[in-house]
Amino acid sequence: MGSTLLGKVWDLHTVRRLPTGQAQLLVGLHLVHEVTSPQAFDMLRLRGQGVAFPDRTFATVDHIVPTDGQPRPFADDLAEQMMAALERNCREFGIPLFGLGSGDQGIVHVIGPELGLTQPGMTIACGDSHTSTHGAFGAVAFGIGTSQVRDVLASQCLAMDPLKVRRITVGGALGPGVYAKDVILAIIRALGVQGGVGFAYEYAGPVVERMTMDERMTLCNMSIEGGARAGYVNPDDTTLAYLKGRRFAPEGGAFDRAAAWWRSIASDPDAAYDDEVRVDGDGLRPMVTWGTNPGQSAGVDERVPGPADSADGERAAVAGALAYMGLEAGAPIAGTKVDVAFIGSCTNGRLSDLQEAARVVRGRKIAAHVRGLVVPGSTRVRDAAEREGLHEVFREAGFEWRQAGCSMCLAMNPDRLEGRELCASSSNRNFKGRQGSPTGRTLLMSPAMVAAAAVAGEVIDVRCMLPQREGS
Amino acid sequence: MTIAGRAVVLRGEDIDTDRIMPARFLRAVSFDGLEAHVFEDDRRAGAAAGVRHPFDDPARAGASVLLVNRNFGCGSSREHAPQALARWGVKAIVGESFAEIFFSNATALGVPCVSVAPEAAAALMALAERDPAATVTVDLETMAVRGGPLEAVCAMPEAARNAFLAGTWDATALLTAGFDEVRAAAARLPYIAGFPPAPI
Repeated sequence: MGSTLLGKVWDLHTVRRLPTGQAQLLVGLHLVHEVTSPQAFDMLRLRGQGVAFPDRTFATVDHIVPTDGQPRPFADDLAEQMMAALERNCREFGIPLFGLGSGDQGIVHVIGPELGLTQPGMTIACGDSHTSTHGAFGAVAFGIGTSQVRDVLASQCLAMDPLKVRRITVGGALGPGVYAKDVILAIIRALGVQGGVGFAYEYAGPVVERMTMDERMTLCNMSIEGGARAGYVNPDDTTLAYLKGRRFAPEGGAFDRAAAWWRSIASDPDAAYDDEVRVDGDGLRPMVTWGTNPGQSAGVDERVPGPADSADGERAAVAGALAYMGLEAGAPIAGTKVDVAFIGSCTNGRLSDLQEAARVVRGRKIAAHVRGLVVPGSTRVRDAAEREGLHEVFREAGFEWRQAGCSMCLAMNPDRLEGRELCASSSNRNFKGRQGSPTGRTLLMSPAMVAAAAVAGEVIDVRCMLPQREGS
Repeated sequence: MTIAGRAVVLRGEDIDTDRIMPARFLRAVSFDGLEAHVFEDDRRAGAAAGVRHPFDDPARAGASVLLVNRNFGCGSSREHAPQALARWGVKAIVGESFAEIFFSNATALGVPCVSVAPEAAAALMALAERDPAATVTVDLETMAVRGGPLEAVCAMPEAARNAFLAGTWDATALLTAGFDEVRAAAARLPYIAGFPPAPI
């Protein structure tokens, strides 16, 4: 019987078995940002400890950065304090910081891959739940809290319980206008927001094999929304082609040796899985959330479900979600009026996301009542988009073209919803109040669907707005 | 290890960490004072609607056992959420189930999260709502939760339970002991070694 990628990587990184029974797991790459690290650095200082492997640790700033101009000090004094603390901590402990103005700054889960820091076979930890994103490369990557950030800084290790592996095989092919975001929303809808607790999700099958790295990152990113702390895709030619030539990727002969090792850590054909799930890719359509967790979604051509359509244990939650959202059971989700359109985040803030959204808005204007925001996931994504003229496409349509950061995904910077505004959002969480207003509302969807909603002023099926691809 | 105290009941499935601690309060370089903002948006919304939130109920002041439902603490990895609960006074959490990162974070702070069957959670909640003075006891030796006439079996991953019983929930000391082994494990990893050519 063969092994899964998770099993192989786990064994390679296990230092020893702890007295508690957990594995002491070596962390190959530790990514740090300004929100969940200052207290960890303070605890190190208090205990007189240093950073064990500063050369395996990299930092950037993403959550609190303003995206409409970034002169220092920041207008928000609290944000400035956090930024200054990160700069001080990185200096004191010898950690490289990809700061503002460096050309490398961006959302931690966007820059790790684009710099080639994220590689197959690694264990990766970061004080952010969307660390699962890096699993797209065949890394075992998970989010941790601040006490664990302290542990990793001090020891480069984590105390971990083993994870089970559920293989999710997506068969068939996605139709036009259906994206990785729709696949993961459909998976979470089917398996539930708690369905992945205790599991890593291995995404496989023809649809996943055909996906670009950007798409695989979207898929793995939202594993945590399904309760799975980690998600991954086995490394293949697509992975290797992406990594070749990246700044921190091996070069020359070392790349070839790396490639051989990367391939060797993929799940064996006869690997045993703790669970298997199949998803029909042919049947998927653009998805939209209607509720207050990412499992509460529907196809864009479906109706909003009601308590009566739900299982016994779900009825109160469904009724509560609809009351908060102001949506009516039985009404079509298409046609729901939107106030704000947000394109960005670690889920969907990469170049291909902006390209797909731009295909929809090119030559169109967003509805007069809609406030539209495009926030590239990194400085590098922003620069690449500008080289293609995408910023002009968005600006001419009426979107604001911003600088890189997490922005309105969680609204720790000044980008926020006001009052009960309803936002069509390419981000990852539709929790109550998530986008900065305690009564604000979020509909999660793909970047192309957000672009379509911005133009129409309401939720609309993007498939009726996409231009025909050349040659199709 | 046994934790006994009055209980505060927080009903609802899939309570995410944005609910427990809205992101705007994460704009800080320490965890100090977070307890004042725990469930702030729900408390304000409740007050505006004339419904008192359990964390605003004077009868719950000083409570140390939090009773919750399913998938408590899902979403963001922010340790600010369990930090705020712990600083408010919560010493143990009893629920149907917990999200994984929240569970790890709470464990690292010395706050055990134990799971009970849905019927047991419902009975404990009913008891605590009926009688704010009732003592709820979480016993990690016998893995039981007791309250009034109720006694329910509870569960927790074995490693976390061992850590609580041994007093080693703060893992740093365990992980930094024997650092030579860590260095040796790192040196064996081809990507840390720089993918050297195979020895001839």
